[in-house]
Amino acid sequence: MENTGISLTTLTLFVPLIGMLVLLFIPRSQEHTIRWVSLATTVITFVMTLLMLAAFNSGDPDLQLVTYMSWIPQWGISYYVGVDGLSILLVLMTSFIMPSAILVSWKSIKERVKLYYAFMLLLQWAMIGVFVAQDLFLFYIFWEVTLIPMYFLIGIWGAENRVYAAVKFFLYTMAGSILMLLAILFLGNEGGTFAVPQLVEAVRNGTLQYAPGIEMLLFVGFAIAFAIKVPVWPLHSWLPDAHVQAPTAGSVILAGILLKMGTYGFVRFNLPLFPQASVEAAPVVALLAVIGILYGAWVSYAQDDAKKLVAYSSVSHLGFVMLGIFALTAAGIQGGILQMVNHGISTGALFILVGILYERRHTKALAAFGGIWKVLPVFGGLSLIFVLSSMGLPGLNGFVGEFTILLGAMGSDVLSFFFTFFATLGVIMAAIYLLYLFQKIFMGPVDKPENEALKDQPLTWQEYAALIPLLILVFWIGLQPAGWFAQMSASVSQLVAQIGPYVQLAAGG
Amino acid sequence: MIEWTNANYLPWLIPVPPLIAFVLIVLVTNRSWWVTVFTALAASVLSWGLATAVFLRSAGLAFGPGLAGAAFGSSAPWLDLGQTQFMMGVMVDPLTTVMLFMVPLAILTIFIYSIGYISHDPRRERFLAYMSLFAGAMLTLVVADNLLLLFIGWEVMGFCSYSLIGFWYEKPSAYRAGVKAFMTTRVADVIMLLGVAYLFAEAGTLDFRTILLDPAFLEKLASTPALIFGGAISAAGLIGVFLVAGTIGKSAQFPLHVWLPDAMEGPTPVSAMIHAAAMVSAGVYMIIRMYPLLSAGAHPHEGVYNAPLLLMTYVGGFTALFAAVIAIAQNDIKRVLAYSTISQLGFMVGALGIGAYTAAAFHLIMHGIFKALLFMGSGAVIHAMEHGEHHAHEHGRHPHNTFAGDAPFDPQDMRNMGGLRQRIPVTFYTFVAGAMALAGFPIISAGFWSKDEIFSEAWHLGLGVLGGANTGYGPAIFLFIVLAVAAFLTALYTTRQVAMTFIGEPRTEAAAEAGLGGPSSMVSVLMQAPLIVLGVLALVLGFIGVHPDFPLLGGLFSAQGNPFHSFVGGTLVEHPPAIPFYWVPLLTSLVVALGGIFVGYWLYWRKPVPAGQADPIQVSLDRISPYLYTWMRNKFYLDELYDRALVKPSMWVSETLVSAILDQGIIDGILHAIARAASWLGELFKRFNRVMIDGVGDGIPMAIGAFGRWFRNIQTGNVQQYLMMAIIATLVIGLSVSALIVRVNTGVILLVLGVLVVIIIVLNLIGRAWGGMAE
Repeated sequence: MENTGISLTTLTLFVPLIGMLVLLFIPRSQEHTIRWVSLATTVITFVMTLLMLAAFNSGDPDLQLVTYMSWIPQWGISYYVGVDGLSILLVLMTSFIMPSAILVSWKSIKERVKLYYAFMLLLQWAMIGVFVAQDLFLFYIFWEVTLIPMYFLIGIWGAENRVYAAVKFFLYTMAGSILMLLAILFLGNEGGTFAVPQLVEAVRNGTLQYAPGIEMLLFVGFAIAFAIKVPVWPLHSWLPDAHVQAPTAGSVILAGILLKMGTYGFVRFNLPLFPQASVEAAPVVALLAVIGILYGAWVSYAQDDAKKLVAYSSVSHLGFVMLGIFALTAAGIQGGILQMVNHGISTGALFILVGILYERRHTKALAAFGGIWKVLPVFGGLSLIFVLSSMGLPGLNGFVGEFTILLGAMGSDVLSFFFTFFATLGVIMAAIYLLYLFQKIFMGPVDKPENEALKDQPLTWQEYAALIPLLILVFWIGLQPAGWFAQMSASVSQLVAQIGPYVQLAAGG
Repeated sequence: MIEWTNANYLPWLIPVPPLIAFVLIVLVTNRSWWVTVFTALAASVLSWGLATAVFLRSAGLAFGPGLAGAAFGSSAPWLDLGQTQFMMGVMVDPLTTVMLFMVPLAILTIFIYSIGYISHDPRRERFLAYMSLFAGAMLTLVVADNLLLLFIGWEVMGFCSYSLIGFWYEKPSAYRAGVKAFMTTRVADVIMLLGVAYLFAEAGTLDFRTILLDPAFLEKLASTPALIFGGAISAAGLIGVFLVAGTIGKSAQFPLHVWLPDAMEGPTPVSAMIHAAAMVSAGVYMIIRMYPLLSAGAHPHEGVYNAPLLLMTYVGGFTALFAAVIAIAQNDIKRVLAYSTISQLGFMVGALGIGAYTAAAFHLIMHGIFKALLFMGSGAVIHAMEHGEHHAHEHGRHPHNTFAGDAPFDPQDMRNMGGLRQRIPVTFYTFVAGAMALAGFPIISAGFWSKDEIFSEAWHLGLGVLGGANTGYGPAIFLFIVLAVAAFLTALYTTRQVAMTFIGEPRTEAAAEAGLGGPSSMVSVLMQAPLIVLGVLALVLGFIGVHPDFPLLGGLFSAQGNPFHSFVGGTLVEHPPAIPFYWVPLLTSLVVALGGIFVGYWLYWRKPVPAGQADPIQVSLDRISPYLYTWMRNKFYLDELYDRALVKPSMWVSETLVSAILDQGIIDGILHAIARAASWLGELFKRFNRVMIDGVGDGIPMAIGAFGRWFRNIQTGNVQQYLMMAIIATLVIGLSVSALIVRVNTGVILLVLGVLVVIIIVLNLIGRAWGGMAE
């Protein structure tokens, strides 16, 4: 393959890294400048991704805005980046959430400010890298790099039990990715290249054929890494600890973006590279997904810590995404991808809201609150909207994703009716724990003087600025989702067309 | 290109004004009460005007030739699902048309009334915002041309009812009622959503006209076996059952009716909204709308039923009777009405179950009008009682939301009332008009005609055809009997309510002082003007559905056939047959209505029950069994049953079983066990490598020795380090095993391990260097 010139994707990818390098030259004491530079970097990155969207041709199912440069030719490793319908929305979402994450850190991070923002920007670089990398080796590097800043974000700026949470997070994810590395090495070896589009093409036209049993092993190798990241039940136990201990921005990024790397991985690698195995494994994965939906909801309801409740709700919501993906239908996968974005928005916002309360009251215990709506009416109204968005109220974003996923699962040839049935029970339970959360914090009488005093601490402009963009998307996606689906439609259709024969075979036999 | 002069686009505009009003009030006008009032009122007037224009046009009364069977509307793409485009649109057909008469009118009157009712509440602006959203959602639902848009309106209403029932959220009983309403209906909604998804999977669309006007498709769906139950039910049947489940929740049918009586916690205009114009009507509207699908494969007119129809018949019939029994024993003026709503909705659901399509629609419209009237009337009564109570006690200014819990006095308890007829006469006369309609008072009440039509249909389908050798009409016979009993009870409790509230001597000081501030007060005018409009309609509106062969009146009002029946019947592909005129159902409905009213008169009106004396029905029932009345009073203890059988166990599952045992105990426990195992393994490595160092003395063991020292370093006893060890140990094992299977060369494994070790060492060093990280 010929080397290409630098594309918009590469430019976008390196903006955060450049921003981080700039930060390193700013004296540690200039905290204000550091914050502004970080914010500017993330905003520029966002504008760059908007340019990418403008340049993106949604009618073309293949990779676009590609940069290809040979890197280690003798091993078939290259610097290969680009976007297609499967990733463009996730890239957008990443760059969209980061400014909010910076803004919520504005006042709350007071120590080692420079280091903190440097890690944030490093993290953003790696996350965008994960979504645009088209070379397996490059992907793996970005994948592992995301761990390091997150590890420190939790470990240094986290809450009282941060070290335990950080190590648990790191080792758990690391353990999962080792098998993936093995699978990657094997696949690169077999296929003669690490470039994903070439490998997919080879699988599609039959030039790359797996020995019996090998396909499933490779599928599992990737799947475990991704499943831990998502997290798929029962591999979720790192998640609540990490979420609860992480600083607000850490939780926002974790929920908003890092988890999506897992679900994205399934769509990008598992389905097209191992179509046969995907079809075979679909009922198992979907079963775990449905268990996760119900389990996450159940455990959420039992929490008395607001942040933990939201953290467990992620297990439930991501279960929906997994169910959509492994329905192996166009509606399911599109719904799944959209739901990744939706979850990033809604759950990210919920973490911000909990963070705002924590800033003021230094507690996350539900019992410490009550009647906050009366004290902070605007904040209460905002929270209500995000709660409703998270529980999938029609007219808001969450519903569109959930509904399409249900349509996809219902129309699936590999999943029986009961998957859909039990998943819908999760929709009911989501309403239970989210309304419980809202009721505990915002309703009832204001019976504690500390809560009464919140009257004097209205939201800062940074907090508004972090929430308003998310709010706009909540309504936009909820009311007019056509444009969002249009971006991914072509690529998803191509993917489904590739898997189609295997599904037919399985359904027929 | 959208041509706005084209009438097909007009329905889009109907729900828009209240939605815009909602946004405006939330974002802009919420600081000024009068601007907010203007916004909300202007929006509801505009919606009403547009809807009325569409109504007149469709009904052929003005602006055009009428629908003549053809629906109109338009749609736009909303979702692109790869193979299918999902369209969103609006349409107007005869069923929509009659809804467009009732719903916006009820909304408009409720809005006017609300302004008077809520004007002293500190959150009055928010109240009107929610009400606007509520109205917008209901109108969206009515004009929707597909099941998804209908569902969106349906759910947004669910949310609005949650926030409006829990509007006084400082009061625990209020927010609990809100959550209960939302949760109960949501259980049903999600089942309905399942039906929607199933329908989409089968039909590839959710468009009403495409699905419902295609008999061939419905036939096919009725002969396809369902995904579950091994073919015992057809796909159409299962979808139908799911959809009916949605209605059972939304329209408060047994066993999901429990939320509706509690919904009385909200301000009274909300009750009127929920009980009449929106919410519960939406549930019945949906099944009427989906009737061709629900009845696919069944021919109730020939005695062939299917699962959804039977479900509707039995649930509706049972609910009608069950709720009427409970209503008799209630003393809260709004609760009586709440149970009457449940009961009346049962009439509609049951009627639809036996295929009485237009009768169900007819009763829906009539009920919407007179129930809005009754609720607003009861609100005026409560207002007057509160007023009287303040007067009586000279408490000075009271905020409007004095909670029942704070004050021992309950302004909603009918035992505290009596004699209000002289104090609030306008409310009394209009309330009586509504009560007559509810009781089915002959001829001059809307409810008489619609109930009579249901009776006639049930009779026709059940006993009336006994001449033929048909079997399978059991459902219709069942329905005829239970509805007759329910109608008798309805007339009885309605009369009881009017008598206890308005007749006789005041039983408390508050009742003696009750009033709305005189005929010239703003509140009085705003709250009573809507009552007069609806009161007149409650008396005369029924004449649009008189049977053509009804003695005298048939010729007067229905010379060309029953107007309502022939118009709404045009919604279906095949016009539902007009049934002949029967005397038996007419006499039945006369007997039960007048009988119930007479018994009520005899017990409560003739000799009003004085303060402190037991209820006459209670006295007579207690003679039979002391439990009877208590059970009725306590709604047959269903709330308690649900609490013990469902709520408590699921909380136990959540908190104990899943969260404590499974999540903390097993899943995290396994992880920690691995960590402990690894520390043991580390110990083993340490010994092993000591042996190696002692044994051999060259390079490789030296390296291992270094490793060993590092391991020793790690053995500091804290959990994280064990964990790290655990992972490494599993990795080594995992890698070796997979290497054997996948045959990756060992160099790669060493490379991987090397990378790992480096990362861990680096992390460890950095971690150590940072004092801040160690606890």
